[in-house]
Amino acid sequence: MRGHSPRRHPSDIGILVHERFGLALDLTLVLQGLLSGLLFGGVYSLMAVGLTLIFGVMRVVNFAHGDMMVWGMYLAFMLATRAGVDPYVAFIGCAAALFVLGFVVQRALVDRILDAPHEMQILLMLGVALVLENLALVAFGPEPTRVRSALSAATIWLGPIFVDVARLVAFGVAIVLALALYLFLFRTDLGRSMRAAADNSYGARVIGTDVRRVYAVAFGVGAACVGAAGALVAPIVPFQPPTGLSLSVTSFNIVIIGGMGSLLGAFVGGLLVSVAESMGAVFLKPSLKELFSFSLLILILLFRPAGLFGRRAP
Amino acid sequence: MKWAAPAAVLVLLLLPLVLSSYAVTIFILIFFYGFLGQAWNIVGGYAGQLSVGHAAFVGIGGYTAAMLSIETGLTPWIGMFLGGALAAVLGAVIGYLGFRFGLRGFYFVLLTVAFAEICRIAVSNIDAVGGALGLYITFTGNARQFQFQDNRVYYYVALALMLLATGVVALLERRRFGIYLTAIREDEGACEALGVNTFKYKMLAMVVSSFLTGMGGTFYAFYLFSLQPNTMFGIPLSVEIILRPIVGGAGTLFGPILGSIILTPLGELSRLYFGQSGLHGLHLVAYGALLIAVVLFLPQGAYPYLRRLFKGSRA
Amino acid sequence: MTPPLLEVTALSKRFGGLQAVRDLSLRVAEGEIVALIGPNGAGKTTAFGLISGFLAPDAGEIRFRGRAISGLAPHRVCALGMARTFQIMRPFPRLTVLRNVMIGALGRHAEPRAAAARARAVLEELGLGAKAEHLAGSLTLAERKRLEIAKALATEPALLLLDEVMSGLNDTETARLVAEVRAINARGVAILLIEHVMRAVMSLAQRVVVLNYGERIAEGRPEEVAGDRRVIEAYLGDESVDAAPA
Repeated sequence: MRGHSPRRHPSDIGILVHERFGLALDLTLVLQGLLSGLLFGGVYSLMAVGLTLIFGVMRVVNFAHGDMMVWGMYLAFMLATRAGVDPYVAFIGCAAALFVLGFVVQRALVDRILDAPHEMQILLMLGVALVLENLALVAFGPEPTRVRSALSAATIWLGPIFVDVARLVAFGVAIVLALALYLFLFRTDLGRSMRAAADNSYGARVIGTDVRRVYAVAFGVGAACVGAAGALVAPIVPFQPPTGLSLSVTSFNIVIIGGMGSLLGAFVGGLLVSVAESMGAVFLKPSLKELFSFSLLILILLFRPAGLFGRRAP
Repeated sequence: MKWAAPAAVLVLLLLPLVLSSYAVTIFILIFFYGFLGQAWNIVGGYAGQLSVGHAAFVGIGGYTAAMLSIETGLTPWIGMFLGGALAAVLGAVIGYLGFRFGLRGFYFVLLTVAFAEICRIAVSNIDAVGGALGLYITFTGNARQFQFQDNRVYYYVALALMLLATGVVALLERRRFGIYLTAIREDEGACEALGVNTFKYKMLAMVVSSFLTGMGGTFYAFYLFSLQPNTMFGIPLSVEIILRPIVGGAGTLFGPILGSIILTPLGELSRLYFGQSGLHGLHLVAYGALLIAVVLFLPQGAYPYLRRLFKGSRA
Repeated sequence: MTPPLLEVTALSKRFGGLQAVRDLSLRVAEGEIVALIGPNGAGKTTAFGLISGFLAPDAGEIRFRGRAISGLAPHRVCALGMARTFQIMRPFPRLTVLRNVMIGALGRHAEPRAAAARARAVLEELGLGAKAEHLAGSLTLAERKRLEIAKALATEPALLLLDEVMSGLNDTETARLVAEVRAINARGVAILLIEHVMRAVMSLAQRVVVLNYGERIAEGRPEEVAGDRRVIEAYLGDESVDAAPA
C-alpha cells in the first residue's frame, strides 16, 4: 500500500529504459516536470501577456520587461520582510506599484519616441533596463534573494506526483489576472479604446480617444502584469538583478512563438515554453537549459517570426 | 581644421611621457573601447544594423588567441589575426542568417543576443577551454607573447588599434561601400531599386566589423591576463561596446572616439569611487541614464551636435 | 524584327484570395512611352512590383532586352537597365539630395567622384541643381517627385518605370514635369508610366494599356482608349480620374 507514504521514490514506479538511446526515462519525473512546468507557465503567460499588450497597443518592444519583473520580485521581498505581507497577497501592491512605474515611463520617455526609428526605441528601453537592473543592484546587492511565503513549503500529493502549493496558487492567481485583463480589454470602455488605438491609432484619435492616455495606461497595465508575476514567482525561484535579462529573453521567446501582438498567443506560448523548459530541465544539465531556449529562439526567428497566432511584424 | 586630427595624434603619442601610470590605464581603456566602438560603428552605425551581441566576437577572438598561445605557444601577434578571422566567420554566419531571412530591427537584435549567449553558455560548459572558471595566462612579460612590462607599451598598442579602426572607417566612408551603407541604413528597398545589392554590403560590413572586434578580443585577453566567459561574451560587454558610438554619434567617424572619451573616464572613476563604498553598478545606472538622455535629446549623438554648434558659432 | 525592350507575357499574381494581376501581357519598345492606367486597385502597382523584381510572379514570363528576368532580385533588374520610382516616395531623408542621386549613379560609376559628377548632371537636368547640398527630407512635394525620378535616372536605365509621379501636383508643376519626362524620353529612355492624371497620360503616352481587376481590358492610342466604352465603364465607379483629355 505505497499510496500513502509521504516520500515516494521515483524509482519505485517503473523505470522505462530506452535501450536505443541509453536514456533512463523515469515516468514520474517526466509527469512531475510536465505538471510543474504547466503550473509555472501561468506566470510566464502573465508576463508575456503584459509584453504583447504593450507591443500590440503602441508597437514598442519593452526591453526592460524582465527588469521590471525583477523589481516586482524585490518589492514583494520588501513587503514580506518589512511589512510581513505574504507575497500571495502582496502581488496586488506590486502590480499597483509597477503600474505607476510603467505609466510614468511611457508618459515621460516612450511617448517622445513613438514616431522615431525602431532602433531608437530599442536603445531607449535598453537604457531603462540598464537603469532598473543596476538600481536594483545598488539597492539590494548582487547576491541571490529568496522570499519566504506561508505557502513555501506546502505540498500536495497527487498519487506519485507532488504539487507545490505555491506554484498552484501562483498559477491560479495568474489565470485570474489574465481573465481580469481579458474582461478589461473586451468589456470596459477604456479597454475597448485601447484595442481601438492598437488597431488604428489615427482612427481612434478621430473619434476622440485620448490616445496618449490610452498608451500610458496600456504600458502601466503591461508593467502591472509583470509586477504581479514577479510577486507570485518570488517565493518559488531565487532571483538577483541579472535575472532580469533572462526573463526578458524568455518573454521575447514566448511572445515571438505565440505571435507578436496576440494575447492568446502570449498566453498559450507561456504555458508551452514553461513546459518545454521544465522538460528540458528533466533531460539536460541545468546550465544547458538556456542554451536550448536561445537555440529555439533563433529557429523561431528564422522560420516562423509571425508565431503561432501572429498577424503583424514589428 | 585639417591639422586638428594629426595634431591630436601627436599629442596622444607624447602623452605617456607626462602622465601617471593610473592615467595611462584610463587612456588604454579609452582607446580600447574606442576601437571596439569604431568596429561596431561599421555595421551598427553606418549600416544601421543594431547588434547587441558584439561581445561574442571579442570572446571568440580572445579565446582563440589565448588557446593557441597556451596550447601551441603561437605568438598572439599572429593569434590576433586568427582570432579575428574566426570571429569574422561567426559574423558571416550571423549576418547570413539575419540578412537572408530578412531579420530587421528588434528581430535582428534578438538574433545577435541569442548567438552571443549561446557562445557564452557553450564556452562555460566546455572544460577544454576553461569552462566556467575561464582561462588564465601566465605572466612572462615577453613582448613576443603580447605581454609588456611597461603599461605604456599597452597604451601605444591600444592607440594603434584605435587609429587602425578609425582609418578603416575613414577609408570606407569615402568609397562606394560606405556611401551605400549610409543609404542602406535609411531605406533598403529603395537601395535595391537603385541597383544596390544590400545583402552583399551588409554582409561585408558585418564581416569587417566582426574581424576587427575579434582582434580586440586578443588585446583584452592579454591585457587582463584572464578570460571569463561571462565577461568576454556577456551582454554587459556588448552594451559597453555600443554605448560609446551611440552616445558619441553612430555613423560618424569621431563618434565612437568622442563617446569613449566621455564615458570611459566616467565609468572608471565612478567604479573606483562607488565600488569602494560597496555601491556596485552605480556607474551603469549613469550609463543607462545617459543612453536615455541621448536617445531623447541628442539622437544623433554628441559629435554631430557639437559640430553643428561649432559651425553655428563661426558663421 | 528586334525584340521589344520589355515583353511581359501572361503575368499573374495572387495575394491570398485576391487575384491582383491576371494573365497580363504587354510590351514596351525601345524609346516608347507607354501608359498603364486603370481604376484604383486595378493591379497597376502590383504589375510594377512584378516587373521590377520586388514581387515574384505566380505565372507568366517577363523578358527584358530578350532576357528572362522574372525571379531576379531588384538590384539585378536595375543593373540590367530598368529603374523604377515608388508611388509612396522613398528618399533617403538624412542624406543630401546629391548623395541620394549618387546612390543611383554609383552602380555605373563606382568611383564616388565620377558618380557625384554624374549625379550633379542628372540633378541639373531635373532642375534640382541648386538643392544638391540640402537634406532630402527638406524638399517640397514637387521637388521630392523630381528627386525620385533623378535617383532612378542616375542608374542610366533603358526603361524607366514611373509610378504616379504626377499625383498631388498643381497645373504648373504638372506641365513642367511632363516636359521633363518628355525630354528624358527624347534622349532614348523608354518609359512605362502608371498615371491617374489624364492630362499627363494624353500628352505623354504613345500607347495606353488599361487594366481593370488585374486584367488588360483595352490597349491603343490615347484617343482610341479614351473613347472605348469598356474603359469608360470601368472608370465610372471611380472618382479619382482627373480631367478630360487635353
